Amino acid sequence: METEFSDLLCIGAGLAGERVAVEAASQGFKALCLSLVPPRRSHSSAAQGGMQAALGNCAMGEGDSPDVHFEDTVKGSDWGCDQEVARLFVETAPRAVREMAFWGIPWNRVVPGKSTYFKGGKQYEKVEAKEKEGLITARSFGGTAKWRTCYTSDGTGHTLLYTMDNKVVELGVKVHDRMEAISLIHDGETCMGAVVRDLKTGKLRAYLAKATLIATGGYGRIYRETTNAVINEGAGAIIALDTGIVPIGNPEAVQFHPTGIVPTHILVTEGCRGDGGTLLDVNEDRFMPEYEPEKAELASRDVVSRWMIHHIRRGLGVKGHYGDHLWLDIRHLGAHHIKTKLREVEEICNNFLGIDPITQLIPVRPAQHYTMAGVRTDKDGAAYGLKGLFAAGEAACWDLHGFNRLGGNSLAETVVAGKIVGEKIAEFLKGYEVSFKTSVIRDCMVRDLERIERLVSCKDGNEDVYRIRNAMQDELMDRVGIFRNGTDLQKAVDNLEEIYERAKKVGIRSNWIGASPELTLAIKIQGMVRLALCVAYGALKRTESRGCHAREDFEARNDRDWLNRTLATWKEGDSLPTLNYEPASRVIALPPGSRGYGESKIISADEETSEEA
Amino acid sequence: MGRNLKFNIFRYNPLDSRSVPHTDSFSLEETDSMTLFIALTRIREEQDPSLQFDFCCRAGICGSCAMVINGRPGLACKTLTRELPDEITLMPLPVFKLIGDLSVDTGTWFRAMNEKVGSWIHTDKTLDPDAHEERMDNALAEEIYELERCVECGCCVASCGTANMREDFVGAVALNRIARFMLDPRDQRKEREYFEVIGTDEGIFGCMGLLACEDVCPKELPLQDQLGILRRKMGWSAVKHLFRFG
Repeated sequence: METEFSDLLCIGAGLAGERVAVEAASQGFKALCLSLVPPRRSHSSAAQGGMQAALGNCAMGEGDSPDVHFEDTVKGSDWGCDQEVARLFVETAPRAVREMAFWGIPWNRVVPGKSTYFKGGKQYEKVEAKEKEGLITARSFGGTAKWRTCYTSDGTGHTLLYTMDNKVVELGVKVHDRMEAISLIHDGETCMGAVVRDLKTGKLRAYLAKATLIATGGYGRIYRETTNAVINEGAGAIIALDTGIVPIGNPEAVQFHPTGIVPTHILVTEGCRGDGGTLLDVNEDRFMPEYEPEKAELASRDVVSRWMIHHIRRGLGVKGHYGDHLWLDIRHLGAHHIKTKLREVEEICNNFLGIDPITQLIPVRPAQHYTMAGVRTDKDGAAYGLKGLFAAGEAACWDLHGFNRLGGNSLAETVVAGKIVGEKIAEFLKGYEVSFKTSVIRDCMVRDLERIERLVSCKDGNEDVYRIRNAMQDELMDRVGIFRNGTDLQKAVDNLEEIYERAKKVGIRSNWIGASPELTLAIKIQGMVRLALCVAYGALKRTESRGCHAREDFEARNDRDWLNRTLATWKEGDSLPTLNYEPASRVIALPPGSRGYGESKIISADEETSEEA
Repeated sequence: MGRNLKFNIFRYNPLDSRSVPHTDSFSLEETDSMTLFIALTRIREEQDPSLQFDFCCRAGICGSCAMVINGRPGLACKTLTRELPDEITLMPLPVFKLIGDLSVDTGTWFRAMNEKVGSWIHTDKTLDPDAHEERMDNALAEEIYELERCVECGCCVASCGTANMREDFVGAVALNRIARFMLDPRDQRKEREYFEVIGTDEGIFGCMGLLACEDVCPKELPLQDQLGILRRKMGWSAVKHLFRFG
């Protein structure tokens, strides 16, 4: 058996994983990263907008502070976040941005003098201060009181990831790419590493480590339509859930974005609507004013997504080869505006649709966008249930985002949590020794080898893995999507249980020697369906609406009964997860109240009966 | 009804002793806004689950899916089938080690490249975590970003005459990276230190000036200009070095 040893094993080499590795390596520990793809191809690179940090350098960010950032974040989470974590995060974010500047990020800087900007289709003027010239500037993002989102043009995630990987190269941290962790090695108390499959050769290897970090990003690909990269299938969440001990926090907390292009679901920015773009139906009629007379297309992400789906269900969507969609119309903004202010949108339309948005309509549909859920950790990033296991970034439920993540807070989380959790892991490693039990390692390895043998020999059946995956994705998309109700959720749970039984009968149909993409998916498919069941079942049981979790049959946010976090574990042999709950936050600095945007019906904690507040 | 597309795809699984390099053909009906991402995914899921290729972001950002499309290196996710004839031939990128079919190992190559050129800020300063960031002119930040947009897809390397003949040639991607750090005042390396890395036939003087790199770059990086600037700078550096002025 081939074995690798390190002090710290980072499963995932996106921004969070690499930042943790950099911290450990800087403090003299041997860190090793695994990655499904060459590290610079990680999905962190796709975050184009920016990262939030309260620097307060730009004119529209004047008076900003970690306190204001804290308030925005807690409100954004609909009081679902851990407020201690949010506080830690907002205090550290400015330092993390400056650290990244020191390491080489070409952040956009303050340019003194007058300039113009667009808001709700109107043009405004602002004046940047001379004394702030050359400091890191920021742009506006939804749900924030100040302009706080630091950026590098349209490629913030890209420059962050490249700079972080530069640091990894500088420190000599090894990244084994095209490697997939398929199970954690543990004895029920301590995590000792992972069984890893080489995606170049198909061989298994044991990676032993004193500390193991899960930083595998989100799992958007369990949904049919998602803005996520194709690798975001939840490998990290799956192996954590498979332990039977480590919980997934708030699995039902899933964010959608209203304007993914059809068919590839690549995101087009909200700036289109912000600048005056409209949504049209099959008759090329504008429909949003009918549902939201005041805000129309400018209502929040979730509200717009909801009405889009509602309108499609009324039969007013545009029929297409890839299912029904709607149109985004920016033609009236004119060539000049589109070519300057919405250049990325023009490029996406040209390159991925072959459409000219100056003269043509853009086909769009809401798509899954972000996983607030993840491996539940404490504020140090230590996973519940297993010593030596940690998680950070989108893969973790740290829990900064609660039931809704603000734009710009996800990219910030990767480097901020990476820094904090990295420091905590380094502390943990000092003087920590673990005894690797060869019997435990052998058992894990043998179990995985047997699992693969059964798949390639079609011992349990010959179900087509792609059909199973499609059935699961359809179920989540159609019944556990943006707007949810008890009837549909129950049906989704029932159907997913059936799909889970079929997933156990998958067999490989093609030549599986080597990297075999079919086998790669087949190894994960049961875990993916288990995750899907956590999402559906968690959503069914949460009989309230909070943030992105919107129940048509329970429209109010219910702080009396549901100011808590779902913890889903999976006991071996079960067909459903076990759900437990813990308080959303031990420390409450900002008591639950109105978010100040979106619809708000609230059942407050001290109410005895259900009333609308 | 869309066109009936015929895909001729290079097949070889180096780990399977029975496998020999050959071409397989698949047909597919073209649909609206079909990209090679949509087409290849469908072929794998509906016709041959063993077909190997690489996609990640499928949005032109990550650089995973470079391949040779009808003779020209490009990003498959960014290629619309409507821009191609009825018959589409797909080959893996040359220069890089083949993993199987259309999948090549760019990770190992680029890690070695980044190590070789020292792709990080070289400085003896230490960070004061409580101090304000050092100021930078916004125009300079944007100039650095312009060169930092490279996604390490490998198209420039695959299309390069020198790189195809000589394994030790660093390629336009590495030269562009050096140009990026030379622009950056945070990097304290001197011209002579850069010269040591790229002032040879493995570096800037290996370039034959064919400039296919610029033609195929999916990010439209100004590679021709950067190669020209570097050649001039390194030429001067060589002369200065010769007369020990530097």
